[in-house]
Amino acid sequence: MIELKNLTKQFIQKNGQSFNAVNDVNLVVPEGEICVLLGPSGCGKTTTMKMINRLIEPSSGQVLINGEDTAGIDTVTLRRNIGYVIQQIGLFPNMTIEDNIMVVPRMLGWDRKRCRERARELMSMVALDPDRFLHRYPKEMSGGQQQRIGVIRALAADAPVLLMDEPFGAVDPINREQIQNEFQLMQRQLGKTVMLVSHDIDEAIKLGDRIAVFRQGRIVQCAGADEILAKPADEFVASFVGHDRTLKRLLLVQAGDVADAQETQTATLDTPLSHAFGVMDDNDARYLAVVDREGKPLGYVQRKDAKGAEGTCADKLKPFSATSKPDENLRVVLSRLYEHNLTWMPVLDADGRYNGEVSQDYIASFLNSGKTHGRQRMALK
Amino acid sequence: METLNQTFAYIWHNLPFILGLTQQHLRLVGIAVGLAVLIGVPLGVLIVRFKSLAGIVLGLATVVLTIPAIALFGLMIPLFSLIGQGIGAVPAITAAFLYSLLPIVRNTHTALTTIDPGVREAGRGIGLTFWQRLKWVELPLAVPLIFGGIRTAVVLNIGVMAIAAIVGAGGLGTLILHGISQSDIRKLIAGAVVVSLLAVVMDQVLLRLQRVLTPKGIR
Ligand SMILES: Nc1ncnc2c1ncn2[C@@H]1O[C@H](COP(=O)(O)OP(=O)(O)OP(=O)(O)O)[C@@H](O)[C@H]1O
Ligand SMILES: [Mg+2]
Repeated sequence: MIELKNLTKQFIQKNGQSFNAVNDVNLVVPEGEICVLLGPSGCGKTTTMKMINRLIEPSSGQVLINGEDTAGIDTVTLRRNIGYVIQQIGLFPNMTIEDNIMVVPRMLGWDRKRCRERARELMSMVALDPDRFLHRYPKEMSGGQQQRIGVIRALAADAPVLLMDEPFGAVDPINREQIQNEFQLMQRQLGKTVMLVSHDIDEAIKLGDRIAVFRQGRIVQCAGADEILAKPADEFVASFVGHDRTLKRLLLVQAGDVADAQETQTATLDTPLSHAFGVMDDNDARYLAVVDREGKPLGYVQRKDAKGAEGTCADKLKPFSATSKPDENLRVVLSRLYEHNLTWMPVLDADGRYNGEVSQDYIASFLNSGKTHGRQRMALK
Repeated sequence: METLNQTFAYIWHNLPFILGLTQQHLRLVGIAVGLAVLIGVPLGVLIVRFKSLAGIVLGLATVVLTIPAIALFGLMIPLFSLIGQGIGAVPAITAAFLYSLLPIVRNTHTALTTIDPGVREAGRGIGLTFWQRLKWVELPLAVPLIFGGIRTAVVLNIGVMAIAAIVGAGGLGTLILHGISQSDIRKLIAGAVVVSLLAVVMDQVLLRLQRVLTPKGIR
């Protein structure tokens, strides 16, 4: 866990005036979470992060790591226990890739064999062939490949805390997406406590369990990604996250969120159509899902078919042409609805049981409701 | 044309003698520059560590370099007479050593202060101490520039050492001095040509060595 308490850094400018590059920042990153520091250039993100590994000494305030005040730890020990990915990559040009990755473990006294194995393991984590790359020099690799090495160098000694300053900045958008995905996969296995600097809202949304939006050295909002998009604290945050922020939420909100927000009504095969019509009438619905005894969906009946009709739901049953899972994001869901020319589809849980429904109307009202998707990571697990 | 042929004939007939002088010349320069490397590189590192010293040290080294060789020898003679070494190899080596300091100290300092800030910060950030960074990263990266300084010092002092014959240090300057005192143009030209040739050859040899010693990753 990383805790920043009233952290402030004062710089003296060329003209002799002092200003606070970081101003009374309070922030907690719980164990195993990724917190993204997001904000425009010069707002104090890098300065904040460098105060954690004391590349910059705080003017006032405290940094606690797992409850221990870092001011009392000597800087070399502190830094060896914090993985650090710097903005400029900073690989050592005179060393092979293997030596670059293994600098810290070697200093910590790991033996040769263990180092070699660790290097190979890390390389495969970022989809680089160890046999091809371990003995190359940094200049013999592309920018994106170097950036991956920068990331795994920080992971090499298995430090529980990771500081990453725009770790995916130097790569083109396509490669960036790929490295981000690799990193996400890795983080799911490793569960590091990560502070990541970015000025890219999409990256922040994608990777951050929590996003701290900075402006001129202060945190103006710190919340989950969906909450930042749904309820930006002020005009600055709103404009920083972009005017298409509601569309961005489609990636974060999941079918389950929407389904959970609605009352679930179902019928069974032997439900009389007149009763089914009553339910639809009461709920102002145009259709009603029909499930079997175990709750698995069989199809649905339409309001116009049930109106004034005799018999049971079995007589007017229509099959579903598409279904959705609770952890699918709304972008995927909407895409499927359009693809099948549907206005709604059922949401099925892992056992295939009916678990509510998503419709274009429900999606719109969810996005409008002020409700947010709780925590991205929980759903991923 | 006549003179040139005579000069070549002279060199040809006195080859062992000239080679002996060349060897002596090289040894003097080698000792001086070797000492300058042993002192100059650590001094360069020191003034990176303690920035406040940089101005003074580099300034002093520059002043030394501006003292004309003749004047420097003039200063050395009375100074070293105190320990009975007024003439001979000691003042010559000392002068060449002093001349070598500036290129070596300055190039070391420049190399270490112009290291890519990203590389330096990465080193600090992952928990390397100043000395570890120096040993594993910064000095290896500084090799080409430091070697540049050494080459400058060698070439410069092969020239300076030619004057050292006047303090009785020996070397190829002896040939030139003889040429002047005996009005023998052959010896004068032979001395000058061999000195220049030596400078060019040594520069090339050191360049090769520099390439070998430069880490593969930055070649
Ligand atoms: N050593 C320093 N001395 C004086 N001012 C500094 C120093 N380091 C940073 N600053 C100033 O502090 C402010 C915050 O800098 P910082 O590097 O933290 O920004 P950032 O949010 O990381 O920006 P970017 O996205 O461009 O990397 C800037 O105005 C910068 O000019
Ligand atoms: Mg920055």
